[in-house]
Amino acid sequence: MISFSPTEEQQMIVNMVKQFATDEMRKVYRECDESGEIPQRLIETAWGLGLVSSCIPEACGGAGGERSVLTGVLIAEELAWGDLAMAMHILCPSLFVLPILEMGTEEQKRKYLPMFCGAKFTAATAALIEPKFNFDPNALATTARKDGNTYILNGEKCYVPLAAESEVILVYAAENGQTQGFIVEKGTPGLEIKEREKNMGIKALATYELVLKDCRVPKENRLGGDKGCDFNRLLNCSRVALAAMAVGVAKASYEYAREYAKTRVAFGEPIASRQAIAFMLAETAIEIDATRLMAWEAAWMLDKKMDATREASLVKLYADDMVMTATDRGVQILGGHGYIRDHPVELWFRNGRGFATFDGMAMV
Amino acid sequence: MIDFELSPEEKAAIEAAHKFAEEFMRPISRYYDEHEHEEPEEFIQKSMGLRSQGGVFGLGVAAALRVEEFCWGDAGLMLAMPGPGLGGAAVFASGTREQIERFLKRFGEDKPCWGAMAMTEPHCGSDTAAISTTAVRENNEWVINGEKIFVTAGKRAMEKSNGLTVVWATVDKSAGRAGMKPFVVEAGTPGVKVEKQEKKLGIRASDTVTLVFDNCRIPFENILGSPEVRKVDKTDTAGFKKAMATFDATRPIIAAMAIGVARAALDFVKETLEKEGIKIRYGLPRQKLTALERDVMEMESQYKAAKMLMLRAVWMMSQFKPNNLESSMAKVKAGLAATKITQKAVEILGPLGYSRKYLVEKWMRDAKINDIFEGTGQINMLVVARRILDFTREQLK
Repeated sequence: MISFSPTEEQQMIVNMVKQFATDEMRKVYRECDESGEIPQRLIETAWGLGLVSSCIPEACGGAGGERSVLTGVLIAEELAWGDLAMAMHILCPSLFVLPILEMGTEEQKRKYLPMFCGAKFTAATAALIEPKFNFDPNALATTARKDGNTYILNGEKCYVPLAAESEVILVYAAENGQTQGFIVEKGTPGLEIKEREKNMGIKALATYELVLKDCRVPKENRLGGDKGCDFNRLLNCSRVALAAMAVGVAKASYEYAREYAKTRVAFGEPIASRQAIAFMLAETAIEIDATRLMAWEAAWMLDKKMDATREASLVKLYADDMVMTATDRGVQILGGHGYIRDHPVELWFRNGRGFATFDGMAMV
Repeated sequence: MIDFELSPEEKAAIEAAHKFAEEFMRPISRYYDEHEHEEPEEFIQKSMGLRSQGGVFGLGVAAALRVEEFCWGDAGLMLAMPGPGLGGAAVFASGTREQIERFLKRFGEDKPCWGAMAMTEPHCGSDTAAISTTAVRENNEWVINGEKIFVTAGKRAMEKSNGLTVVWATVDKSAGRAGMKPFVVEAGTPGVKVEKQEKKLGIRASDTVTLVFDNCRIPFENILGSPEVRKVDKTDTAGFKKAMATFDATRPIIAAMAIGVARAALDFVKETLEKEGIKIRYGLPRQKLTALERDVMEMESQYKAAKMLMLRAVWMMSQFKPNNLESSMAKVKAGLAATKITQKAVEILGPLGYSRKYLVEKWMRDAKINDIFEGTGQINMLVVARRILDFTREQLK
C-alpha cells in the first residue's frame, strides 16, 4: 500500500530530533561557523539521543533497534535543518558503524561496535574523497595491496571528518580496481593526519587530509573479511543521506526567506506580495517536497535490500541542484541583507554548494 | 508506514491499463492526431470494456496510475474515453447523495456516456470569478444564459451520448464569487447548443467545444449542493470554495496525465539509445557523465519528482486529508516537467524527434495542455504561493 505517513515511532524520533535542532543547534550555529568549533556539550547531548548507537545489536552492547535507512533519512533532514556541520559531526561515527554493522565480519562487529555503545560520543570516520579533479568513488587512486597477512595502503584522502579525534577510520581503497574498505586504527604507522582543512562552508566541522604511506593493516581489517563489502550499497546509503541533508538545508533557507519576505516592506507592501518573490518561494517549496519524497523512495528501496543505484543517484544529483538553487534564492530574496553575516542565509548558501562534493561524508 | 509498494491487485490493474494502452491506443494514436474531428468509434467501444476493471476514472492511487498508463498510450484518446470526467468529479465533490445517484448512474450503463465541465468563457479563463453566464430562478426552474468555451468532451457529453455538463453560472453578478454556482445540464435539454469544435495544438482526439446556453431551462434540483446554500450572501464564498475543492481532486489526475505523456517520451528516448548501444551509467560521478547522460538523468528525475508529488496528493485525497496545497504542487510540477521532458526528447532525438513518422513530436504537443488546463502552471503556482505564505488573494494577486 502506497503511503506517505511515517510510523508513530519514526514520528516520535523526528519530533525529538527537531526539538533538539531547534533548542540546541539553532542557538549556536552561527557562532560555531565563525569559530570553527562545536561545543562538546552539544555533541554529547546529541549522542544521548542514541541516533548512532540505537541500531547496534544487543550482543555488541547496543539497543538492538531496527536498522532503517528510511528512519535515518528522516533524522538526517532534521539535523541538517538545525545545522549541516553539526549534523555531519553528530552522525560521523555512522560512517564507520553502519558499514561494519551491515557488512562487517562477526569478529569486526564484536571488536568495534561496543566502542559506540557508551555514554560518551566516540569519534570514528571514513575516508573516501581524494584531493584531485575527476574523483570517482569507484576508481580510487588510493590502493590496497595484499602482502601476506597484511594489506598495504597507499594514497591521499581529504574531507575526512573528525579524522584527528577518531579511534578508527574506515579507509576506502582500490584493490585490484575494486573499491573495498579497510579499518585503520588510530596511530597505525604510515597513517598521517594532516592539518585541519579550510573550506567554504561547514566550517564548524573539523575535516582533514590524510596520507597513507605504506600503511599496513592486518588482513582481518578488510571490511567484510574475505567477502569484502558491497560498496555500491554503501555509496547509495550515503547518497540518500546527503540528499536528505540537502533537503534540510534548503528548508532552513526557504523558511527564513519566506518569513523575511512576509515582513520586509517595499513600495508599501511586503515583498512576498509580489509574484517575483512569491513564485521563487513557491517553486522552492515544491522542489523541497519533491526531493524529500524521492529520497524517501530510494531509502525505502535500500531498506528492502533492492538495488537503488538509479534512484539514489538521481535524487542525489537532483538534490545537489535543488539545494543550490534554494539557498541561492534565500540570499537573493534578502537582497543586500542576505549578503551580510547578520543573517544566516549566506551560511546555508555556502553549505548548499558543498553537496556536490560531499560524497561519502554522511551515511544513514 | 512510508511505503511505495503497490498491492498485487493494484499492480494488476495498472498492468491491464498499460496493456490496453499498448494494444488499443498506440496503434491509432497518429491516425486520430491527423484526423482531428473523426470519432474513434471502435476505440470508444473497446474502452467500454474497461469498466469491469474499475473504469477509466476513479479515486485513489491505482486509479491515478492507470491514468498515467492511458496517457502513456495517448492523452487525447484517454480524454475521449467514456466516463464522468470533470463534470462527474464536480457532481461527486459538490452534489448531495441524491444528486450523485441521479446524475452519475448513467455512467454505469451499457451505452458510452461522457461528463463535461463548463467554466471558461471567451473573456475569462483563470479568473473564474469573473464569469458572466447567468442562472435566473423562475419558479421551479433555472434559466441559463451565456457562452462557455474550451469545454472538454462537451460534444460527446451533450450530442453523442446521454451525458451531462456541469455549468458554472452566477445567480447574482454583484455578489462575485459568492454568486457562482454549479448547475447540471443534461444532454437533450432545449436551449443548449454545441458550437465551434476547436482545432488544437495537441490532444486532438479529445473534443473541445463551445456551448451556447440560450434560455436553457433546467429543473430547480439541478443546482449542485444542498438547497440551503441557495440564498445569496456576499460574504459567503462557501460555494465557490467548494468549486475550487473539485480541483483538489482533479489536479492530481491532470498531473498523472502529464506524467504519462512524459514517460512515453522518456521511454522512447531510452529505447532508442539502447538500440544504439548507449546505456545510462547512473552511478557515475557528475563530471564523468556525458552531456547526453546528464540530460536523460535530468529528464528522469523531473519525471520522478513530479510522480512523487502526484502520488502524495492522490494518496492524501484517498485518506480524506485536505490536499489543496499538495494537489496544486503536483499540478505545477507535472505540467512543467512533462513540457520540459517532451521538448528535450524531441531535441535529443533530432530528426527522429521532429518527424511525424514517430510519436515524439506529438507527445510534445500533447504534453503542453497539462501546463494549461485545470489551472495554468502560473495559477497553480499562485495557489501554492498563497498557501505557503498564508496570504489571501488580496495580499498576493
